[in-house]
Amino acid sequence: MREMLNMIVVLTALTAISGGLLSAVQSGTKLRIEEQVLNIVQAPVIREIFPETTNDPIAERFPIETETLSLKIFPAKLADGSNAIALETKGKGGYGGDVGLMVGINLDNDEIITARVTTHAETPGFGARAKEDPEFVSQYNGKSMNDHMGLKRDGGSIDAMSGATVTSVAVTMAAKEAQKVYQQIKPEILKQIQ
Amino acid sequence: MAQSLAKEFTKGLWAEVPPFRLVLGLCPVLAVTTKVENGIGMGLATTFVLVFSNLLVSLLRNIIPSKVRIACYIVIIATFVTIVELGMQAFTYELFLKLGIFIPLIVVNCVVLGRAEAFASKNTPIMSIADGLGIGIGFTLSLAALAAVRELLGAGTITLWNGAVIFEMGAAFQPFAFMVQAPGAFVALGLMLAGMNLIGKK
Repeated sequence: MREMLNMIVVLTALTAISGGLLSAVQSGTKLRIEEQVLNIVQAPVIREIFPETTNDPIAERFPIETETLSLKIFPAKLADGSNAIALETKGKGGYGGDVGLMVGINLDNDEIITARVTTHAETPGFGARAKEDPEFVSQYNGKSMNDHMGLKRDGGSIDAMSGATVTSVAVTMAAKEAQKVYQQIKPEILKQIQ
Repeated sequence: MAQSLAKEFTKGLWAEVPPFRLVLGLCPVLAVTTKVENGIGMGLATTFVLVFSNLLVSLLRNIIPSKVRIACYIVIIATFVTIVELGMQAFTYELFLKLGIFIPLIVVNCVVLGRAEAFASKNTPIMSIADGLGIGIGFTLSLAALAAVRELLGAGTITLWNGAVIFEMGAAFQPFAFMVQAPGAFVALGLMLAGMNLIGKK
């Protein structure tokens, strides 16, 4: 009995201390990690989505908070004078966790300009192609925010990447999330941009 | 004392160098050694985890009940691995992107658990640090050496740190792409093991 108790106490104490330490490290590095992700992952992707803008979407980013979510909005003024934004959502259920998708949306006609995969931990050579080869996500180019964002097998119009169905589904989940979020926060974005 | 300390340290560099002598921890060894910088990054991350997990296991060796010791070791190791992972994301994000999934996998690297079980749980903290440092540096050097062979033959370059190419083959060099692919890792490892046995044989 005593031995049993000893085991429980030691293991519990150890995991509790470890948990506390990790949450301290996590909150200590959080800001720096966000900054690194912004500079190394998000900024190049945004430049790919909006190759020509008359403003700096990265410097002008602003946060949007609602009861259920908080995210960064990257506003862009396109060369033809229309307003656009980019926002990043996470698609659940990838092979290696969530798959991040940055979606560029034209505010004037609610059409997707293009989308790019940001952070992911998918298998190199299979799911990771979603990021390296923009062909798959380019299927979202010109899609309206009212369209079905799913794969063909789910009733949508997107062809899955061969050999990487799980990743493809995760990307469509992110696109659906972007659709939902966009409809929810569009009035707020328009207010902020004015 | 000083002599045995030095012995524990240096055994990791040659006599018990992990991938070649103990033939442990091959998963990261084979997977990340496509470039010297990846090998060094992985080696340093593992060294950090080894030193601190050895230290803690050694400090707690009389408190941890033997029946749950492996669970306790894994908690300690996983804690330090997560610290390394967060630290890499915060300070060397590009390296983190390259090593990616292999950083969390240090938790199940047999070298780390092996040293905790075979050494740190039976020795003093100072000895355990020396052991962890020795094995860790040995591991880093072996990763770097293996990566150097593979990168040189497979891509014709040697990239030391953060994209700094310190050596490049001439334009006439045809890269032997097989070496940077998975099977090349086994071939290179096998040849290096053979080479080390040849040198070590008196």
